[in-house]
Amino acid sequence: MRKYKYQIPRRLLQIGILFIFFAGNSYGWNVLRGNLSSARVLDAVPLSDPFAVLQSFSAGASIAADVLIGALIILIFYAVLGGRVFCGWVCPVNMITDLADKIRTFFNLDDTWKSWDIKRGVRYWVIALSVVLSAILGVTAFEWISPIGALHRGIIYGFGFGWAFVLIVFLFDLFAVKNGFCGHVCPLGGFYSLIGRFGFLRIGYDRDKCTECMKCIAICPEKQVLHMVGKQSGAVLSGECINCGRCVEECDDDSIHFSNIYSKKYKRHAS
Amino acid sequence: MPERREFLLKGIKSLGLAATGGLAWSAFIKEGKSAPLILRPPGAVPEKKFLASCTKCGMCVEACPYDALELAKQGDNKPVGTPYYTPRTNPCYMCKDIPCVPACPSGSLDKALVSEKDENGELQLNVNLSKMGLAVIDRETCIAYSGIQCDACYRACPLIDKAITIDYTRNERTGKHAMRAPVVHSGACTGCGLCEKACITKKASIFVLPTEIAMGESSERYIKGWDERDEERMKDVTEEVTTQTPRSGKSPLDYLNE
Repeated sequence: MRKYKYQIPRRLLQIGILFIFFAGNSYGWNVLRGNLSSARVLDAVPLSDPFAVLQSFSAGASIAADVLIGALIILIFYAVLGGRVFCGWVCPVNMITDLADKIRTFFNLDDTWKSWDIKRGVRYWVIALSVVLSAILGVTAFEWISPIGALHRGIIYGFGFGWAFVLIVFLFDLFAVKNGFCGHVCPLGGFYSLIGRFGFLRIGYDRDKCTECMKCIAICPEKQVLHMVGKQSGAVLSGECINCGRCVEECDDDSIHFSNIYSKKYKRHAS
Repeated sequence: MPERREFLLKGIKSLGLAATGGLAWSAFIKEGKSAPLILRPPGAVPEKKFLASCTKCGMCVEACPYDALELAKQGDNKPVGTPYYTPRTNPCYMCKDIPCVPACPSGSLDKALVSEKDENGELQLNVNLSKMGLAVIDRETCIAYSGIQCDACYRACPLIDKAITIDYTRNERTGKHAMRAPVVHSGACTGCGLCEKACITKKASIFVLPTEIAMGESSERYIKGWDERDEERMKDVTEEVTTQTPRSGKSPLDYLNE
């Protein structure tokens, strides 16, 4: 069970949020209305996707107060929490790409189906492109093609041909690049990497207990963030970590934990 | 310096790849954006603004008690994730409180566009002010224009006698019957589409189009002298204006024979 200590709550949260949105549309529940682009909690508190709002701003829209407040709430929430908690705990595409990854691992396909050589920094180029294209075309460019939008809108309001966009991500991750979409391409993930850089909730690593089995590296969808493993104690400081906690679950040596990097203990490690 | 050369070349490669992706991406967006036959909910800001500001949250869709609104899906050939309705199957039923409009967090559905001041000077929602589109009539398939009795659209219209009126004329073919033909008035028509839903022909003979597609635009220099309001445009004109065109220099005999 320990191996799923975080995975089960993550899946429950990912599915639960979608279900509450779905129920809002289908059964009229007034808990959470809208979808992951913009929502309203208990008919009072607005929430908005800050990256979509950035594109909207770039497209020349005057941003309404509700949307602006909503985007700030989300922005501050993830900035304080840290890492890409959205990607690991909320975004439904995470389930799709994790499934592709699981199939790769289960059938031991990583060597035969070698990944294309794509840099992890591609996502930051896609952010830039999203903003530039939004300005040129006057629409929110990434939202137009986003498989994340296709998936959550599809579940809440019906898919249309949107399922193809989700399937593309799955096939891309399965056949082209391991952790391809979430780990390389997705600009929303890139955006939260930048936002979550200084948050408090990060993965802490204790070199003294580590036996260098490297299971954490094997399971991690963003391996580059664990560069300190086997070298020195410290916390994951890169914003690219999605805080999924898979490394914590995998570690048999009790040397990886979720921790507060601003606590005294980690001040020492981080320096 | 080889380092600088490598840095430059890598940068150029990244830019080139970004341009490749960006162009394919823009082509895809342009394709969807160029589908202008979309009918927006009441109070929608002009399409260009709408595309920039709508967050695709679907709260207008959830607010609609008739489930008339839906979000465009991939494959609908409409701007993805934005709300629209299809009058023939499910028109806008013109709710008095227009629940879809206050539900919008982004101002893409703007209360101001569907509100007017009441006698106390307070803004009140009035759904009749909405401009979702304009109903147009195909006179060749509309049976009323063939002299057959039908006023389904006229009866269905929530602005009966304002947006749709009935023109009584003599049926020249029979010589002894009346023609009772529906006529749409663009000043009052909201584009709700209740007429299109009610139309009894196999494919609707009265149907809603976005106003800018359904209507032409007269040139400024034509002023209806018999229309008091139109005549007002002459108010500030003090001297005689002569319009100069490229052929003004020639005599009519010359340019007509060109």
